Amino acid sequence: MTEPTLQVEILRYRPETDQDPAFQTYTVPYRDDWVVLDALNHIKDNIDRTLSYRWSCHMAVCGSCGMMINGEPKLSCHAFLRDYYPNKIRVEPLNNFPIERDLVTVTDDFMEKLESVKPYVIPKQERAVDEGPHLQTPAQLNTFKQYTMCINCLLCYAACPQYGLTPDFVGPAALALAHRYNLDTRDAGREQRQEIAASNEGVWDCTFVGECSQVCPKSVDPAAAIQQTKIASTIDWYKALLNPWGKR
Amino acid sequence: MAKSNKPIVWSLFAGGGMLSAFVTPVLIFITGLAVPLGLMSLDSLSYDRMLVLAQNPIAKIVLFAVIFLPLWHAAHRLLTTLHDLGLPKGRIAMTLCYGAAALGSIAAAVVLLRI
Amino acid sequence: MSRKPYLRKMPKSWWLAQRRYTSYMAREMSCVFIGAYSVLIVLGLYRLSQGRAEYGAFLDALQSPPSLVFHAAALVFALIHTVSWFSLAPKAMPLQIGEKKLSGGPVVLAHYAVWVVVSAGVLLVARI
Repeated sequence: MTEPTLQVEILRYRPETDQDPAFQTYTVPYRDDWVVLDALNHIKDNIDRTLSYRWSCHMAVCGSCGMMINGEPKLSCHAFLRDYYPNKIRVEPLNNFPIERDLVTVTDDFMEKLESVKPYVIPKQERAVDEGPHLQTPAQLNTFKQYTMCINCLLCYAACPQYGLTPDFVGPAALALAHRYNLDTRDAGREQRQEIAASNEGVWDCTFVGECSQVCPKSVDPAAAIQQTKIASTIDWYKALLNPWGKR
Repeated sequence: MAKSNKPIVWSLFAGGGMLSAFVTPVLIFITGLAVPLGLMSLDSLSYDRMLVLAQNPIAKIVLFAVIFLPLWHAAHRLLTTLHDLGLPKGRIAMTLCYGAAALGSIAAAVVLLRI
Repeated sequence: MSRKPYLRKMPKSWWLAQRRYTSYMAREMSCVFIGAYSVLIVLGLYRLSQGRAEYGAFLDALQSPPSLVFHAAALVFALIHTVSWFSLAPKAMPLQIGEKKLSGGPVVLAHYAVWVVVSAGVLLVARI
């Protein structure tokens, strides 16, 4: 009995030899408990050692194996072959990012944007260790908990046409994390984050396509975070207009 | 980064979007389909009735809101959609979209005040 | 080894590449009809201000086939706008009671309820 197989078409780009990326097709064994990442590992181990891609945990936690799978941004460890079999699977690097090599993208732009929104608790006053922990109720935690689930996998950036059209756009994950810290009762850094989040390149480049939330493997819902930031920033703007002498 | 003035147009966009989500379908249905097709009596939109309506100061304000807010909503959305379709973001597209909305709003105000 | 990152250009027809992008574009295109309808109301009021005969001509024009086709298309797009607007509303208004985050369903339903009441009210006033 012959083992069932499946064709995987991978966009290859080797900067030292290739002018443009091009597809290369591999035939891999089909197993119904395999994900696309297993197929890639099979190719790397048995067929073509030159194939480059990022991965680490194989369990949708590390956020490093995001790819375009049949045109949709997905974690390759989360995309089962059985959902595509017997059809061919097309694997490309994440949209909207420069390709470093094969399926590996350059993510520096996101890293800079993430840093720019100060995604950490900025307390009003530093707390000494002997003052004890800063308490927070479960209700307070739940206002922002979903936004803490972000694994920086960048599927939302690959799904966002506005990021593709306007590379300066701060983008979904970074804005969702800014919102996450703004909602945190231990935090007093909203004004600093608003410098970026409420700028033209911040929430205002978003047109609520909503795809970021659709493709998010962790149900973070960046589109909701951005929408709420737009409303809060608009209220700030009118408050400042009505009370120009008040504190900003 | 510069402080953004987008909240002005965005609040008009959001307000207009909300208003037209609630009232535009029924208005289009009445004025564009039901009355012209005879599903509703022509009296609904008769000259005498509309004149009384448009001369009422409160109705003037309501009519103005129903024209003005959706117009700005549409202008802002058109601007972003043109960008989606590949037109570069720039002063020309912005002036045309928002300028048209401003002209339409002024025309609405002038017409309503003169009735 | 020197680097040579390759940036793929986003095609102008990106919104045709996927069904959800296409329905986003349909939602955005509703603005053309909503804007045009606002202009049409201004025109109607202008004709009203000119007098009985002029307003009568405006009403006649509304019965012409091009006008009917325009309004039918406009109604479809206005409904796309309404449905998409309501479905996104919960994102703007997260609800939480105590520790529990509420689902968006009731917010969407409330919008539909108000919509039905408003539409029925407008229809009622128009008929009187």
